[in-house]
Amino acid sequence: MRLEAKYNWLPSPFLSLLLFIVWLFLNNSVSNGHIVLAIILAIIIPLATKPFRTKQPLIIKPGLAFRHLLLVLYDIITANVQVAILILGPTKKLTPGFVKVPLDLTHSMPITILASTVSLTPGTVSAEVYPWNESLTEDEEPQERFLLIHVLNLEDEQALINTIKERYEAPLKEIFQC
Amino acid sequence: MLETVMLIVFAMVGVSLLLNVWRLLVGPSVPDRILALDTMYINSIALIILYGMSMGTTLYFEAALLIAMLGFVSTVAVCKYLLRGDIIE
Amino acid sequence: MFEWIISILLLIGGCFILVGSIGLVKMPDFYMRLHGPTKATTLGMASLLTAAMVFFSTTQAGLSIKEILISLFLLLTAPISGYMMIKSAIHHKLDCIERTKGIDNIEDDV
Repeated sequence: MRLEAKYNWLPSPFLSLLLFIVWLFLNNSVSNGHIVLAIILAIIIPLATKPFRTKQPLIIKPGLAFRHLLLVLYDIITANVQVAILILGPTKKLTPGFVKVPLDLTHSMPITILASTVSLTPGTVSAEVYPWNESLTEDEEPQERFLLIHVLNLEDEQALINTIKERYEAPLKEIFQC
Repeated sequence: MLETVMLIVFAMVGVSLLLNVWRLLVGPSVPDRILALDTMYINSIALIILYGMSMGTTLYFEAALLIAMLGFVSTVAVCKYLLRGDIIE
Repeated sequence: MFEWIISILLLIGGCFILVGSIGLVKMPDFYMRLHGPTKATTLGMASLLTAAMVFFSTTQAGLSIKEILISLFLLLTAPISGYMMIKSAIHHKLDCIERTKGIDNIEDDV
């Protein structure tokens, strides 16, 4: 896990890239003036907001992150069709349940990303991260954490946990190298 | 053909808004009402985008973006209030 | 040609939005109600905004890609608002229906 960026003037490269793209999208043009303004904003805003933000792990493997993003997008579409069928089907047959998934990730940022993908993908909504203390300082020993999720139609608990760990958590561990 | 399809989708979004209003009125608990409001603002974005399309203007895009941002912030603020009894501690 | 693409995307979007709201009304308890709006409505909006993107790109001069911003924003924020809502529901100890498995997994909050 790496917390510091390479250059001091570019504290979070992906935020800068995102700001650059969003500015061009908002103006809907790629004229020279807008590109210059976008570059200025993409450098100044992360520098100005640096003191307010806690240090987050950087994405170390961008290629893998992009592939994981495509996989998640594909899963969102298939899972939505499944959920739509479940919703329109008979309600009496559904057996909802709460499942506790043990987490290997330790830092708050990868856990947030994992919880968001779990919420968006197969009939599950992430509910809670146990134990409660939210912020980990760097010298603190990382403790084991659990993610509580609510499942719309629970069939096989162990299979669901394995799917989440293999399909969504393992790539995240590799992307952030933690 | 596009006009007919737009009318059908207008009707669909309208029916969903009515369903949300029903859930908003019936409740039974406060989080249910927040969920109904959250769905309602997303559906109203859909309605605004559709209206912009039928008018053939992109002017409504900014309004839709603003509704999306303010709706998210207000949902989180109300939930935070329910959780802690205070928004900024 | 483009008219067909726009129509199909619009219909898919409308269907998903409707399904999300039906789930909001139909399901018996809060935790199950949450599944409809967080997933179906988000994908419905993404599909509808893609339709708007194609529509404005073909009818007006130049490409129009700023609609992606709204769908991106909704995709990012839907899980977070869902998380906040289910957190407040657990805090208020809302009832789940009887056949819910694993209620013991919920820990008491501080």
